[in-house]
Amino acid sequence: MSGRPERPPAAPIAERVRALEQALAAKELIPEGFLEQRVEQAEENFDPRNGARVVARAWLDPAFRARLLADGTAASAELGLRVNGEYLVVLENSDAVHNVIVCTQCSCTAWPVIGLPPDWYKSPAYRARVVREPRALLRELGLELGDEVAVRVWDTSGETRYMVLPQRPAGTEGWSEERLAALVTREALIGVAKVRV
Amino acid sequence: MDGIHDLGGMSGFGAVEIEPDEPRFHEPWEARAFALNSLGIRRLGAYNVHEYRHAVERIDPAHYLAASYYERWFTAVATLLVEKGVVTLAELEGRAGGRFPLSRPAAEVKPGALVPASASRFCAGERVRVRDRHPAGHTRAPRYVRGKCGVVVRVSRAFELPDLAGHALPAHQETTYHVEFAAAELWRDAAEGRASVVVDLWESYLEPAR
Repeated sequence: MSGRPERPPAAPIAERVRALEQALAAKELIPEGFLEQRVEQAEENFDPRNGARVVARAWLDPAFRARLLADGTAASAELGLRVNGEYLVVLENSDAVHNVIVCTQCSCTAWPVIGLPPDWYKSPAYRARVVREPRALLRELGLELGDEVAVRVWDTSGETRYMVLPQRPAGTEGWSEERLAALVTREALIGVAKVRV
Repeated sequence: MDGIHDLGGMSGFGAVEIEPDEPRFHEPWEARAFALNSLGIRRLGAYNVHEYRHAVERIDPAHYLAASYYERWFTAVATLLVEKGVVTLAELEGRAGGRFPLSRPAAEVKPGALVPASASRFCAGERVRVRDRHPAGHTRAPRYVRGKCGVVVRVSRAFELPDLAGHALPAHQETTYHVEFAAAELWRDAAEGRASVVVDLWESYLEPAR
């Protein structure tokens, strides 16, 4: 046997994370509670239920919907959402156009409205495929689009962040904002699912 | 760089599987890794978000594809803290009790490496071409649009040029554009019907298509 030099296996990832944290703590570079606070902030603020509220409001209030489509950052701020340093553009789905979001080069997402991105959104398969074969991929995920519907894929390659405004499903006439918001999933905000009753 | 991170349009990947009711973090270390990046950027000011993205791109390709999202995230954070001299690799390996893989070194990029091709700004509705550049360093122009023509659908805001900021070089603000490419322009015989891709591109990535 000869040839390939053997490298020892890497330390388990949980051990590596602990090692860096300990090394920084030993140098007194981690203020008390800093990491815990950051995780709590993420859990409180980065939640797809925020985007769901934005969608429900837009379905009920045409003036809000118009403001949202004109300036997503300012309109979502009306609901107390801050898209930090970023520029939120809201993409309206219709009978003619279906929008879907990706970040092919990493996994950029509008955290304050869509939440931290789910694993499937961050997977190489989604990032590779959705720009090239969006119809086939959406069909695999259970979303069949007619030939008359144009598919527009938005690659989050810059600093703009996107959110899809899905179509309001039939049979929801007279529903409250809360009841409508409860229908809107993270997948619908990204554009790989429709909102269903 | 023409790296493994630039996945758009590659073939050979399988199904996309959606996990119902997926938690924000699957393991406690993922949340710690998430927060350590905030520490590195905001608290220590050791590096910026563009350098962070580039450090993910510099992960060895085999490691990149095998690692989970937060392992990539963490590897970039550890790499930058070693490169900036905040901690040493020996220290990390000692504490972890084993090998501690980091990203590969960055290419050398010089100030002024990228300047706009055209003195004039582009307008909504204008046809543009993505410059067919293959920089050794960080860029946010995906390979699948280089050399391709599209139409500006929105003149967006100005942001720091990542090609410079990703190497800790002074970076100017530059207008970004949302440019729509027809599927047939990108994928030719493999294109689906009535499909397009909109890509967010810095002015320096574009040239007029006339």
